[in-house]
Amino acid sequence: MSDIFAKQKPKLRTFLKVAGKPIPKNQIDIPDGLFIECEQCHSAIYQKALVENLSVCPHCQFHFRLNAGDRIQLILDENSFSENNANLKSKNPLSMPEYDQKLAISKKSTGHSEAFISGRGSIQGFPIAIGVLDSFFMMGSMGSVVGEKITRLIEFASQEHLPLIIFSASGGARMQEGILSLMQMVKTSAALKKFDQIGGLFISVLTHPTTGGVAASYASLGDIIVAEHGALIGFAGARVIKQTIQQDLPEGFQTAAFQLKHGQVDLVVERKQLKQTLIHLLRFHGQKGEPSRE
Amino acid sequence: MNNIEEKVWEKVRLARHPKRPTASFLIKQLFPDFIELHGDRQFGDDTSLIGGLATFMGQSITVIAQEKGSTTDEKIARNFGMPHPEGYRKALRLMKQAEKFHRPIVFIIDTPGAYPGIGAEERGQAQAIAFNLFEMIAIQTPMIGIVLSEGGSGGALAIGVTDTLLMLENSVYSIISPEGFASILFKDSTKAKAAAALMKLTADDLLSFGIIDAIVPEAKGGFHEDIQFSLSQLRILLQKYLKQLFKLTPENLLKNREKKFRAFGVFEESKSEKNHGK
Repeated sequence: MSDIFAKQKPKLRTFLKVAGKPIPKNQIDIPDGLFIECEQCHSAIYQKALVENLSVCPHCQFHFRLNAGDRIQLILDENSFSENNANLKSKNPLSMPEYDQKLAISKKSTGHSEAFISGRGSIQGFPIAIGVLDSFFMMGSMGSVVGEKITRLIEFASQEHLPLIIFSASGGARMQEGILSLMQMVKTSAALKKFDQIGGLFISVLTHPTTGGVAASYASLGDIIVAEHGALIGFAGARVIKQTIQQDLPEGFQTAAFQLKHGQVDLVVERKQLKQTLIHLLRFHGQKGEPSRE
Repeated sequence: MNNIEEKVWEKVRLARHPKRPTASFLIKQLFPDFIELHGDRQFGDDTSLIGGLATFMGQSITVIAQEKGSTTDEKIARNFGMPHPEGYRKALRLMKQAEKFHRPIVFIIDTPGAYPGIGAEERGQAQAIAFNLFEMIAIQTPMIGIVLSEGGSGGALAIGVTDTLLMLENSVYSIISPEGFASILFKDSTKAKAAAALMKLTADDLLSFGIIDAIVPEAKGGFHEDIQFSLSQLRILLQKYLKQLFKLTPENLLKNREKKFRAFGVFEESKSEKNHGK
């Protein structure tokens, strides 16, 4: 018994330290002083320069993926984030082999209990309900917990009359939870219907990549849909489409620019302009985004 | 190869059986005065998703169905039952029409999935599906669905947010095809049999999750072995569940639908950590 207590004590101490505070800045996992190769232009980028440039390649503007902590840090006012529903954890309802291990690996590498981080925060004084999908956690896939947390965040925004901003980055519904993952598409979309009916503002930000069941549910239901520069956005995966139609896909297929051209998103924004753009958009929705006095 | 794998795969095989009746046949049998209404009023008329008006239990209803086609020519003409965005938009148009004229809606779900193609992406396949989910939760008329052979992922779900859902005994409803699942999880699409056994995609599985309300029995050897048997069972179940839905006030109809879909998901919620955001 005392053994268990001894084990729990340091955890409790860590928890008390972390509770209520913003998620610590968790840089891309690279040792100091290393050069990184850009995935797009293959230039060598000094790691520090990349971080200073918000993980955007200074040579070709390629936007590296951000984890949830970095995204929150980028968007919210300092120390304004308080997390909700961090105590929801995935089970393995279909007893799918290797699912538990995959969850454990993602938990360890991201430091989060699931792929969706959500709560309340402020952006230049505007209080908002914010959610971020972390593509480093099982490709940001939506299973029961992610679906539940998104739904609760929407309900929270309804209760608190807050504007809602969700940053998506996901391969789609989580395969390991089968049909239960599919049902999360309805659950999240249904919650947005209620939010819509009471006049809530939902800004959906699509980041790289937003595909499958996430693209085909809540993420496409924003009053305003913002795509981050260069993000891959679409329903079906390129490989599946290629196999089905037996043709090569056109250049730039399913990029943010493609979706803008085809009328599927309101605007495409570079990461550097993202926060300012969101503030700009929030300002047009005055009464619900009334800035709090700091 | 174990027993469960064989049992589940037999269902997948029967669901895909070349002699299995498709939606048009079901419509002819169940709703002989069906008249088809075409088009989404925006882009075109999707041949894989059909809709129209009919009479059932002495009253007008709207029927919306995915049609796969039976012969090779028909299958090609019907795009193998894989709708484009205009199909889903036509479906929504007809749902809104049904709501306006207080007609209940019967859906026949039968698709391998929404079509993955260039045009489908250009015209917003993701948006079309998402918007149907968003709208269906609030459609103020009773809606009942039947999964006929395959309920393929978001492509099925986009007409699947119904008050009551029935599944034919040898139909499957899943997040992805067993082949797709095997290629993602095992990196080998030939392991579809093993995948199907893990996926919990049978009518029994979905009944146990509360996702469907009842199973329509089939003859030994599948639907095509005794079509009239399953049809008469289906008629009885449709009548029974429609009657139940008719008894509800419009408010309770929507409340029950919302409650049903709000509850889906299995997870753990530890009480030990404080929910400091609230």
